[in-house]
Amino acid sequence: MAELANLALTEEEIVSMTQDMDGILSHIDKLSELDTTNVEPMSQVLYDADETATLRADIERRPLGNADALANAPVAGQGYFKVPRVIEK
Amino acid sequence: MTVDSIRADLLAKKTSAEEIAREALKFAEAENPKTNAYLTFAPDRALAAARSVDEKIAAGEDPGPLAGVPIAIKDVILTRGLRTTCASRMLETYIPPYDATAVIRIEQAGGVIIGKTNCDEFAMGSSNENSAFGPVRNPVALDRVPGGSSGGSAAVIAQGTAVLALGSDTGGSIRQPASFCGVTGVTPTYGRVSRYGLTAFASSLDHIGPLSRTVRDSARLLQVMAGRDEMDSTSAFAPVPDYVSALDGNIKGMKIGIPKEFFEGLATDTGDVIQKAIDTLRKLGCEIREIRLPHTAYAVGCYYIICTAEASSNLARYDGVRYTRRSDAAGTLQEMYRQTRDEGFGAECKRRIMLGTYVLSSGYYDAYYLKAQKVRALVARDYAQAFEQVDVIVGPVSPIPAFKLGEKVNDPTSMYLSDIYTVTGDLAGIPCMSVPAGKTPDGLPVGLQVIANHFNESPMFRVADAFERA
Repeated sequence: MAELANLALTEEEIVSMTQDMDGILSHIDKLSELDTTNVEPMSQVLYDADETATLRADIERRPLGNADALANAPVAGQGYFKVPRVIEK
Repeated sequence: MTVDSIRADLLAKKTSAEEIAREALKFAEAENPKTNAYLTFAPDRALAAARSVDEKIAAGEDPGPLAGVPIAIKDVILTRGLRTTCASRMLETYIPPYDATAVIRIEQAGGVIIGKTNCDEFAMGSSNENSAFGPVRNPVALDRVPGGSSGGSAAVIAQGTAVLALGSDTGGSIRQPASFCGVTGVTPTYGRVSRYGLTAFASSLDHIGPLSRTVRDSARLLQVMAGRDEMDSTSAFAPVPDYVSALDGNIKGMKIGIPKEFFEGLATDTGDVIQKAIDTLRKLGCEIREIRLPHTAYAVGCYYIICTAEASSNLARYDGVRYTRRSDAAGTLQEMYRQTRDEGFGAECKRRIMLGTYVLSSGYYDAYYLKAQKVRALVARDYAQAFEQVDVIVGPVSPIPAFKLGEKVNDPTSMYLSDIYTVTGDLAGIPCMSVPAGKTPDGLPVGLQVIANHFNESPMFRVADAFERA
């Protein structure tokens, strides 16, 4: 699970986290008491609006810009974000 | 000082916005070591905003409804050029390239942003103890937590080091600290205030909302922020009524629902204060009716599935590539991701990312995530049915008052369960607020929660304001 979540956890962290997750999951199991056969799932709070209401006018806008986008990068160079080598020679 | 008194003083030339800002900054910086409520002060930005208010007044122009008001912003809301950490090591040095829409609207209204407030890391927590920069102390009792996650924002209002503050609420993060610190805190209808520039925790549940000393001040701040923003496709088109003009103190004949389920598991000292508050509303001429919200007991489980699922996805972006810190220990790209996230996130963030990854993982999706979405629909239906009978609902915000620092750190499940009365409002997307109702025999503040139907902030404010005056 930690690999899926891209977390490098220590053995100690895994032990305590397993305990914590067991605690909350056993509470969560209470949900299985409810019969939800004919209930539509709610993924978002929805309000009435025209189908295209959220579309904006097709007008060009100035993007963030290269310098601003890179300003917080831990490692950048030549206008790009730099990462460790991915493809071997 | 209130929003209206500051504006009146400025227009009467009794003082200047610059003088108010200088005093506010001086006082806030001097008081901060007691509570650790501010993470960053913004003197340059504050003084520039204050001078622009003074110039407008000198030129005879309207300086705006929040003219000269010192405002603190929770550090999960982006401020251009001003460090925004989300109380995380991951973003310790992050300088946002843009402002949140709420921040833009505040400054356009003459508001003066004086600093950024501490909170639980990425707004995950109910005690403000999950901050990478140390916990916040409750100004009412310094050995106790201020609540969370917007603990810093509630503390600065209680301490008097800001007149208004912005918080964010996903499962109670504005109302619970407001209750613990004895101030007013408002979670508006989902979509009422643009989330553009609010760091995403659980996008279908996240709200920005005001904290203040008085109900009227919160109404003033919401007025300025509310309304459609094309930068947030979930922001609502519904027209924004005049919230303040509705505050006439008259709530005679209003039907108020008391949910039976909100009084199960409630601490006696808190329950006594809430009962007295209900008596006060009855004396003000309200019709009190008992109602049922039968799915309340399932709401915490439902909430922690949905919020962790969304969080695990939203927090995937913190990977050491674009704007976070990066681990030095990294070899390969994959190791770099993992080491960066291990060093950057605190224990609670990791716990929620893990739980969210688990409930979304192949084979468990139907049993957890889909099930939770269906239970969410049932919680929302409970409220829809209740609002066919009553105008607003009142009850407690939290089953317990502010607890001692460290008391619950090692028991995350019990901490999660204390969100029982606040998560239902977020799941349904309806407006809810906490207004101070009194104190326990130990002198700890207790908030009364006032809950209304979608976009019915006006009756919610009216009840809270009339109660505050009584």
